[in-house]
Amino acid sequence: MTAVQHFKRIVFGLSLLGLAAHASAQVQVTDAWVRATVPGQPSSGAFMTVTADSDSKLLSVATPVAKIVQIHEMSMKDDVMRMGEVPSVALPAGKAVKLDPEGYHVMLINLTGQIKEGDQVPLTLTVENAKGEKQSIEINAPARALNAMDHSMMH
Amino acid sequence: MSTLFTRRKVLTGMGLLGLGLLSGCDTSPKLNFKYGKDLSDKIMGRTFRLKNTEGESVTLSSYRGLMPVVFFGFAQCPAVCPTTLARMAQAKKMMGRDGKIMQVIFITLDPERDTPEVLDAYVKAFDPSFQALYGTPEEIAVAAKEFGIFYEKIPTGDSYTLSHTATSFVFDTRGNLRLGLSASLNAKECAEDLLTVMEVC
Repeated sequence: MTAVQHFKRIVFGLSLLGLAAHASAQVQVTDAWVRATVPGQPSSGAFMTVTADSDSKLLSVATPVAKIVQIHEMSMKDDVMRMGEVPSVALPAGKAVKLDPEGYHVMLINLTGQIKEGDQVPLTLTVENAKGEKQSIEINAPARALNAMDHSMMH
Repeated sequence: MSTLFTRRKVLTGMGLLGLGLLSGCDTSPKLNFKYGKDLSDKIMGRTFRLKNTEGESVTLSSYRGLMPVVFFGFAQCPAVCPTTLARMAQAKKMMGRDGKIMQVIFITLDPERDTPEVLDAYVKAFDPSFQALYGTPEEIAVAAKEFGIFYEKIPTGDSYTLSHTATSFVFDTRGNLRLGLSASLNAKECAEDLLTVMEVC
């Protein structure tokens, strides 16, 4: 094997590795929705299920419909609902992480207008993998009625 | 058996039944709820005075003859408040005709941001019969204290959100506190316990 062939092989191998790395940073977003608002209501929440196939974290969400977007965590203890902002949400490899009305959710604050049922709300998620590589995922989340029950309360 | 006798029997029966109902109200302060907490021996939420979204002054006695279900929250609440209100709307439907005497009262814990207009549109999006009450921050604090409601502002950047007690408080039609419904219960469980409150008075 010549040095050039050897080099080519290495490059080929590296590019395969690169492809693999790219493929392992796949992030799936399903069941995304935003709660519709009444006129004048300045904020709302966005909900979704995020699955990353390598250990990652959800760093932030952006949308043109709100001036401020934050990730909040809700917890219940002794029937007291506690709310707080979190810097990120861990996305362990292969685990479907739910952002639903009973846990994490995306707060859309200072809305630019009313969100009506059926509207498609563009959301851009920024996810960072264990190596510190960031990627953006663009989705459209339909607005569900203000009185939409989340699934866990349906049955 | 004469018709008259039958009628007398019926009348006696009705009288006894009436007594039974009365004693049910007055002498058995405890109720057996399947899911919620019996609050019959608690003295809470009797003297709040707030405003409805039309600006009228409202007290507990404004709801005499109805079964008030009081919940504290805020319109910007993304999770527990809409879930609770949607659950109450569903429970009301499940109760059929009995649901008509249930009066859901949403008291804002965020009077600085929740305007009467937004509050009214917000609660009515769940059920047109729902009412929202507001007041000055001081008046809200007094009302919340009376119900033993914990709430605090949580700063988030330039804005804030609220942590708060998520219990719904149910009064009977005579204004006696009866039942506490936890946020974790579903509509069917709430409807069952609400019907138990209605059986008493």
